[in-house]
Amino acid sequence: MEFLAPTTWADALAARSEHPGAMPIAGGTDLMVELNFDRHRPEGLLDLTRVPELRDWQRTEDGGVRLGAGVTFARVMTELADLAPGLAMASRTVGSPQIRVRGTVGGNLGSASPAGDAHPVLLAVDAVVEVESVRGSRQVPVAEFFTGVKRSSLEPDELIAAVLLPPVAGPQQFAKIGTRNAMVIAVTSFGLALHGDRRTVGAAIGSAAPTPRHAATAEAFLAAALDEDGLWESRGDLPDATATRFGDLVAADASPIDDVRGTAAYRRHALSVLARRTLGWAWHDYRGEAA
Amino acid sequence: MRVDLTVNGERRQADDVWEGESLLYVLRERLGLPGSKNACEQGECGSCSVYLDGDVVCACLVAAGQAQGRDVMTVEGLATDDVLHPVQTAFLETGAVQCGFCTPGLLVAVHDLLARDPSPDDDTVREALAGNLCRCTGYEKILDAVRLAAERGRG
Repeated sequence: MEFLAPTTWADALAARSEHPGAMPIAGGTDLMVELNFDRHRPEGLLDLTRVPELRDWQRTEDGGVRLGAGVTFARVMTELADLAPGLAMASRTVGSPQIRVRGTVGGNLGSASPAGDAHPVLLAVDAVVEVESVRGSRQVPVAEFFTGVKRSSLEPDELIAAVLLPPVAGPQQFAKIGTRNAMVIAVTSFGLALHGDRRTVGAAIGSAAPTPRHAATAEAFLAAALDEDGLWESRGDLPDATATRFGDLVAADASPIDDVRGTAAYRRHALSVLARRTLGWAWHDYRGEAA
Repeated sequence: MRVDLTVNGERRQADDVWEGESLLYVLRERLGLPGSKNACEQGECGSCSVYLDGDVVCACLVAAGQAQGRDVMTVEGLATDDVLHPVQTAFLETGAVQCGFCTPGLLVAVHDLLARDPSPDDDTVREALAGNLCRCTGYEKILDAVRLAAERGRG
């Protein structure tokens, strides 16, 4: 086994290209488990924790954020609560303090687990994954990034450089179901963003389909319902029937399976509740914004 | 491969390290520091909590090579000579230790918590220790230990 420890982004890309069998490792919170249990023995490890370019985040020209792939969940929680509220909320639910201080958003994407905690919110806000190789850089919308269970559209010579988060355009929420508050892989999870500026809704589910994915029917329904009732402008009471229907459609947009963490039926039910609840919280915030 | 690192203030070197092994394995099996416990090997239990460049991490999830040149402090680094750290004394006095397997990780986590927040409320303590499992005490005695250590730290 080889251990590659580049100290610049250019060296990391070169190493990735020359050693496609070496697994990229950042916080190690997923990959080291695979190694400890001998479930996986890659040809090598490509350590990205010494690459300074990955460790920072910056404001982008449009007012959004370019989040380096190596920024930890602990830092997202403390530094990006205003600029990425949904992602900060999701970050607070990741593992435990020991996991959040190591685990990175880029690593979460790289693992591409259907249960990845960052994914629903990244989908809901239409984030873009910036990937790069020695051949060049490309931008992949998060919705196109996940291609299957723990599979992504990353090419064998590519690394995740950053995640581009659009400017916050309204309330964002995240909720997750597990057996306790800490150290749980989501039984199911849900991310929501109300884009008040363009009157659209971002809603996405985790752990209830082969990939994290948009609840597209529910998104379209809610945006139209808010339009028809003039609620985007009036910011009035949200009808219970609208919230309930939204929850039902989110559940219908999922395609969960029975597994050790929960049944498909439970996941659908839980999703409908999470969707209705997070919508209540987000709508409360949206009304508060006007005040 | 060879890994050089600082452990509890001393420069240490581990040879013949397998590239896929963890910092925990290096500490326990190559450097003779068995204080950090090997339990779940998946970051769930916190028994192997150590400081890595000032952050409390699960040593089982750090690849050995990632610790090259870094600064590590283990539970063995808390006491000075024969004098226990006040957090250790508080654990002993309140009966927060039963089988003792989770204790090293909890000591490191509590040491870190009180360094950042000398007067944590119970919710803060529970959140800070959410990654450290104890199967014996029911946590009440551990909370007592944190309160006692905090009180003495302030006094």
